[in-house]
Formats: sequence, C-alpha cells, structure tokens
Amino acid sequence: MRYDVAIIGGGPAGMAAALSAREKGATVAIFERDVRLGGILNQCIHNGFGLHYFKEELTGPEYAKRFRDKVEATEGIDIFLEAMVLDINPQEKTITFVNPEKGFTTLSVGAIVLAMGCRERTAGAINMTGSRPAGIYTAGMAQRLSNINGYMVGKKIVILGSGDIGLIMARRMTFEGAEVKMVLELMPYSAGLKRNIVQCLDDYGIPLKFSYTVTRVIGKNRVEGLYIAPVDENRRPILEKEEFVECDTLLLSVGLIPENDLVNDKGIQFSPITSGAIVDEHRQTCVEGVFACGNVLHVHDLVDNVSEEGTIAGASAADYAMGKLSMGNKIPVLAKDGVRYALPHYIYEGEDKVRVYFRVGQVYKNATLIATSGGEKVFSKKYMILAPGEMGFVLLDKSKLKESVTLSLEV
Amino acid sequence: MNTICIMCPMGCPLTITETESGIKVEGNTCKRGEIYGKQEYTCPQRVVTSLVATDDGRVVSVKTSGLVDKDKIFDILKVLKGITVKTPVATGDCIIANVCDSGADIVATSSL
Amino acid sequence: MTNNYDVIIVGGGVVGTAVLMQLSRYNLKTLLIEKEDDVSCGASRANSGIVHAGYDCVPNTQKAYFNVLGNRMFADHCRELDVPYRNTGSLVVCDEDGLEGLQVLLEKGKANGVRCEIIGRDRILEIEPNIGDAIQYALYAPDAGIVSPYKLTIAQADYGVLNGGEIKASEKVVSISHEGGHYTVTTQKGVYTSAVLINSAGAGCMEIEKMLGENLRPISYRVGEYFVLDSTEGKQVSTVIFPLPTKAGKGILVAPTVDGNVIYGPTSTPVEKGDDVSVSQSGLDTIKAGVSKTYKVPAFRKVIRVYAGVRTEVGSDFVIEKSSINEGYIKLLGICSPGLTSAPAIAKHVCDMVLGFISATAKSELKSLPKHKKFTAMDKEELDQLIKEDPRWGRLICRCEKVSEAEIVNAIHSPFPATTVDAVKRRVRAGMGRCQGGFCAPRVIEILARELNIPITSVKKGGEGSEIAVEPIKSGIATGEEE
Repeated sequence: MRYDVAIIGGGPAGMAAALSAREKGATVAIFERDVRLGGILNQCIHNGFGLHYFKEELTGPEYAKRFRDKVEATEGIDIFLEAMVLDINPQEKTITFVNPEKGFTTLSVGAIVLAMGCRERTAGAINMTGSRPAGIYTAGMAQRLSNINGYMVGKKIVILGSGDIGLIMARRMTFEGAEVKMVLELMPYSAGLKRNIVQCLDDYGIPLKFSYTVTRVIGKNRVEGLYIAPVDENRRPILEKEEFVECDTLLLSVGLIPENDLVNDKGIQFSPITSGAIVDEHRQTCVEGVFACGNVLHVHDLVDNVSEEGTIAGASAADYAMGKLSMGNKIPVLAKDGVRYALPHYIYEGEDKVRVYFRVGQVYKNATLIATSGGEKVFSKKYMILAPGEMGFVLLDKSKLKESVTLSLEV
Repeated sequence: MNTICIMCPMGCPLTITETESGIKVEGNTCKRGEIYGKQEYTCPQRVVTSLVATDDGRVVSVKTSGLVDKDKIFDILKVLKGITVKTPVATGDCIIANVCDSGADIVATSSL
Repeated sequence: MTNNYDVIIVGGGVVGTAVLMQLSRYNLKTLLIEKEDDVSCGASRANSGIVHAGYDCVPNTQKAYFNVLGNRMFADHCRELDVPYRNTGSLVVCDEDGLEGLQVLLEKGKANGVRCEIIGRDRILEIEPNIGDAIQYALYAPDAGIVSPYKLTIAQADYGVLNGGEIKASEKVVSISHEGGHYTVTTQKGVYTSAVLINSAGAGCMEIEKMLGENLRPISYRVGEYFVLDSTEGKQVSTVIFPLPTKAGKGILVAPTVDGNVIYGPTSTPVEKGDDVSVSQSGLDTIKAGVSKTYKVPAFRKVIRVYAGVRTEVGSDFVIEKSSINEGYIKLLGICSPGLTSAPAIAKHVCDMVLGFISATAKSELKSLPKHKKFTAMDKEELDQLIKEDPRWGRLICRCEKVSEAEIVNAIHSPFPATTVDAVKRRVRAGMGRCQGGFCAPRVIEILARELNIPITSVKKGGEGSEIAVEPIKSGIATGEEE
C-alpha cells in the first residue's frame, strides 16, 4: 500500500491538510493517536471557535466535527486510529506506525505532513519547587479529565499562567462547583484573549494577579496549599512578600511546546523562537517532501488559522507528491524590532500575493508594522494595539520584493 | 459599572453610567466599545457550555443554542447537574427546550 | 493463625526488599510490611541510581565492606532480576588544584580493594568529551555503574513474592512487643508475629527502635535535590561525573540514567524530617552552579522534572547488627549512600544472620521473574506477533516513553502489583517522559480502574488521599450567587 500524502496527526491541522491534499487528487492517510479525529478540540467544549473560518461561533467538538464528517465522507482518505507513528524516513519517504489493528507497519508515501500539535509545559519544566503531591495538573490534562472523562480534579483551585487554556479552565471549574481562588501570571500582562479574561474571570470575580508566581507547593500526598509571591523585574520572586494560599489543586497553563520529538533528528531545521520547523510558503521544511502545519509548526491562538495552515500544507504536499510543486528562488522573511517571528520563513519569487503571519514580543500600543525589502517600505499598517497573544498577518505583494523582506515595528 | 471591552486586544477600561440622557460609556476608544458597553450594562449575555451526564455513566458536552442572560447562567448549570440524557446522543440534539425560560435550548455539541 | 511468620521485615526499600528476596530462597515464611502503597517510596525512589565503585568509603567500615562486595555482585543481581544495569565507570574530576584530593581518594580506593587510577585531561576527554574546560585530572573507577533504584527495588519485591514471600503495603507499624521469644507487630490493619524481626525502615528506623526499647542513637536527615533532563540529553554524557567530595557528600554529579535521561544533583542539605522531600529554589541554584563547574554542556532548559530524596544517617557508618537487647532483632540503620550498591551484599549478610536464629533449608526450586517485556525493546517481528495475539501491545498509551497498554496491564498484575499511577510509572515509565503524564495519566487512570475493578475516583497518584479524579463532575452542585 502506498499513499501520496501521509499526515501525522488528526487534529484540526491534519484534517484540513487531508481535505486539501485529497482535493488536489492525492491519496491520503491520516495517522491519529486517539480513538477519533479532532485532537484537542474534542476536549475544548467551550465556544469561540470558527468565527473566521466558518463565520459562526462553534464549540471545539462542533468545529472538529465539521472537518471530521468531511474527512470521513471523502473517498481516498484512509484514517488510522489509535495509531502512533514511530518513525519517518524523509529521504526514502516511508512512515512506520503501530496500532492495535494493523500491528507494526511501514508504508511508503509521496510526501509527509507533520501535524502533531503541541504539548503543555509541566511543573518539572518550570522547576516548580516544594513538594510533588497529587493535585498539580496541566490545564489541558484537567480539561481532558473533566470534559472527556467527566471527573473533577479538585475543589479549591489556583491557576498559574493566564494563557487561554488556564482562563477557560477557570470558568469550567467554576461552572462545575469548584472554587477558583485566583489566577497568577508571571508576566505583567496576559497571553490570553481579553474576551477570556472578562468572560472567564471577571464574570465570576476570580482575581488575576500579574507579576506573581507560585514559590512552593505544600502537601505530602495531596496539595494542601501554595506559597505565592510577587516577582521583581527579573521575574524572581520577592520572598519577603510570600503568602500562603490554601487550595487542593494547582493548574498549570504555562506554555505550549510544539511536539517535534518524532522528527528531531531528521535533518529538519527548527526555529529557536517557535520551536517548530523553518518552512517556506508551502509550509515545506528544509527536508523536501516534509511539510508542517498547526501547533507543531508554531503555537496558534485561533484554530481558524490552524485550519488555514493545514490547507496550505496539505495542498502543497499533494502537489509535491505528484511532482507539481513549484518552488524557485527563495526570499527569506526576517523579523526584528519587536516582531518576535514571522512565518513562513521563506517565500518564493512571483507575482501573486502571500500572507505572512507574525507575532510580537510584548504589548505595543499605537505601533506601526512595517515590511521592508531592498531598502523600500513594501507594507505598513498602524495598529492601536499588538499583543503577544494574538497572531497577526500581512499580505505582501511578491512583485515588490527583492532578496529578502523584513517585518519590524515602529513604536 | 466598570468593565473591560473585549472587542479587540486593546481592552479599554470602560466606565458605564446611567444618565438622564441615557446610558453613557466612557473609556472606550471606538464605536464598537460603546455598543459593547451598553449591551453589558443593560443586558449582558453569554453562551453557556457545560456537560450533562448520560445514562451509560459518561458525559456529553452541551451548549445553549444562543446567548442567554448572564444572571441565568447558574440556574441553567443547576438544571444541567440534575439531568441524565439517553444515549445515543448526536451533535445538535435538543436536550432541553427553552432552558430556564431563557429563550435558548440546551443542545448537544458532541455525539456519544 | 495465618498471621505467624518466621521473619518480619519492616520497610520496603531497596534493602528490605533485597532481604525479602534473599530469604525467599529458603523455606521460611517471610512478611515485609511497608507503610506506603508501594515499595521504593522513600530514599530508594529518589537517589542518584549510582552503583558506586567504593573508593570514597573510609577503609575498614561497614560502608567500605558492603559497597565493594555489593558492587561485585551487582551485575549478576540485576541480570537475575532482569533489571537494566550499565557499567559506565565514574570520574571524580578536579582542576589544577585538586590533585591532592584525588590522591587521598586513590589511597582509600586502594585500601578498599577498588580498581581506580588518576588520569589526565587527554584520557578524561576520551572517556567523557563534555567535561568542563577547567578540569585537569580525574580519578577513574571503571567498575562504577548505573541502575534504576526503584526498578531494582520493585523487581526484588516481585521476586520475593513470586517465591512465597508476602508484602503488606499501606500498613504502618503502630506497636511492637517482644514476649516469649516472639515479636508481635501491630499495624493499623492487622497483627503479625514472628521469631525474627528486621528493621529496614529507612527514615522511620528509629520509631521501630523506640518500640523495641533499644538504646537510641542520634539520627539525622539530609535532602538531596535533583534535575532530570529530557532523554534527548542522554547522548551528551556516558559516564558518572563527580566533583571532588566534601564533608557534605559526594557533591553535584552529572550522570546518565539507564532509561536514557540525564540527572544533575544532588544537593545535601540537613533537614528536620525524614519525609520532607520538598525541592527548594536555593537547592536548584546550588545544582546549577555545581554542574557548570564540571560539565561543559549543561542544558537546564531540557529539565523535565525536579525531585528530592532524603538520606538517613545514623552516625557515620551503616549500622548492620543484631540487637544486644532483643534476641532475633536485626537492625539495618542509616543505610544511606552507598546503600543502593550495598543492598545485595547486605541482604546476603542479613540472610546469614537470620539463618543463625532459625535453621531453614534452601528451596529446591526457585521461580525466576519473567522477562520484563517492553515495547521499545522488541523487534518488529516479535512485536507484530505479540500484537496479533494481544492488540493491547499495539496500543501505545504513553507517547513520550512509548509504553503500550499491555505493559501497563502486566505491571498491574505483576507478583507485587502496581496499584497507583506512580506505581505504574515506576514500573513501565508511563508518565516519566517529557510531558510528565499530561497526555497518558487520564488513560493510565482508566486502565487502573478497569483492571483493579475500582471506581476512577479511587485511583490514586500514590499515597493516602492522592486521588486524581476526586468526584464525578455531575455529582456536585453548581453554586450560584443566590446559594
């Protein structure tokens, strides 16, 4: 059995990639670890998905279902569930996976799309001090236990990190009868959406403490409380101001990491900023025939953008597998002066227009985003506000670009 | 009343007061903020999402089919605590019509 | 009636379970009592996992004797139990000024009969390319190695149970009486009697001593904190790198683990309580400073876990002796480092002491532990065959460490069963990887509940009151403003 396009991961990125690849005429295989397609969307039962892509507001499971129904109904897309991809060979274009039904299988493919998503940073990764009892969970794990399994993880909850998952879980736990005592944020601003701060915290009187962290976990077998403290400008806790908060649960929403472990040693170049692959406008990595999209490429704030990226990667992978992918001369896309990164990292010379996504490093008010190429301004847009939590994009006219293009901020 | 505008990442701090000439929104930097502020003052509304128990011991995700008045949220959640739905359940199935007289239905958002 | 034993061992650490394993080779009725819900919950769970060569011990001490003997027994011991052990060798490294200190170690090593030599930078680099730039000399001990201390402890427990020994977990000894030549040991759940009593209670050893009216010795505790690095760091270091030891201990080491990770640590800070395994910020800072002195490529951003263990000291040496007050009572106190290395040798010695109290014949037939089958250790054909017979081998639950459902089920049904999420983790590594169980813990909980036939809400992380899913989400009442 051979497939034109193999897609690793059946979340929003992978499903969109499968559909666009199939539309181009490619035969497609999706490898999904869970028992159904949808990825983390299945546990995100809150609403707010799809405003851009479907022009209506959906819950996570509903958004997933729209794609899943299409994927399942499309002939020429084979779905492998409970399938763990163990290895890929990007040169020989093979993919080795295991699942209970097929056993240990190696398939040859024409192109590979990486859509494995991301994982959450853990208590260990942030060097959480104190004891290590039950009651410390990543927000996503608590979300799964609650929304898929149907169990509460605690009754008195403190949340560290004001990323969107943390905020969403604050409301979720409140809805189910828990007392969410506070949300602590190490930074002086939140990486979460304003809407979530208002509708998940303010609505229920949950305090959000900026420039605060957990200094120690207390409790032998179960969390009995935490010491918290404000942090100085170097983000080190001010221990004289340490105070005790009684609680039985600490939820962590302290960052997401693209899960590239499968392909770390496959010659793919990674960006130290996004922790995802360096890609061209087709979302192709530096290893030909290997594409990446969704949170494995860079962590997104809106699933709508993930679907769009999946669509690009899937269509490009299909083109590649069928020998139709046009490349040509590369123009590097660079970021500086407040722009943390821009993606894709390379675009190809041409006459059409191309979207370049970007993220800023901190909150900027009344800033102008500028794209320069060959010493000329090729794009400029004034923003009342730019925040690290919200990805933006610029539409660049390729015909104006020379050698390289740089995105920067003028404040 | 004080709140934060959610229409964009600016997050303008809004102060909303009732004056003789009507509801006054201050602190906004654009028209959208004013509309939002007035809505939040007169009748704040939310979509409620939660879970309900199923007869086979699992849970299925649900939402209100539209916006409901914010002050009805906990009444609705209380109703959702107390019910058990029969499987199979499909996305879009109406589980409770006009829940708590909110004008919205409780519908399933996933299938079991 | 059934509560009468020949031997009762109090404490299921690496020493207690090693003794259980030894005694299970004889026609003796042996019981091990452990207060936690698994073996290896104290110091045996949280140490460096180093099989020391033995140059560091003061000559003519119990530590020197059992360390050197244990080191020689270790490879065979692990092979018998199918526990991974790696003979990595070790380096005690120093800069220009440390040579004198190394010579002191070398002399001790020679006196203890340990193979070791002082080598210069060129040879060090052949053994360990990532050594710190200032390092000029090292004491190289080729016989040092690494082991998973909790896997060893668990395997010893499994072996003991498979061969007729008993383990009562989650039972804390509340009183002991010694009358009429018998020990009566009472726990919160039962009463057990024996002719011989062995105290291998680790940090709790003095409580047992008190119950028996022994002459109490001063006890002290030191906490050792560690970083665990992602397995991607495993290729950076191939041997155990120590700095020159100080009075406080062997210093901050860098070492590979048998499972492919790297550890940095431990600190050695005096603490009041034997169960205080908190990690402190100052401790972590100490490790960072220490590692950077000996090791060229510290990768603190690759840390996946921090942990701490408490070492119990009763004087400067191990206390391994028969009581002079209570006939048939054997005390194993203050078995801190190099206790892990010494455990097989101590167990043999203790077994001989027991046989001096009660005569027993060796069993004519012993069951050997079945091989620990692992998804990651099998080739394609073997796996394919297994998956055909049992699809659970093809269902990977832990994505980071590639652990199949079958392995988890096997751990739950092993001779000494895993009954908690942590117990599963220690046996098969589900949750030990970079996501720290974020993805697999909910599924491990489901499997535990199913296999043990208990509700999800009864599945514990490990320890009393450590339930993870505390109640069904639909059983509580949402609290609104009016209520």
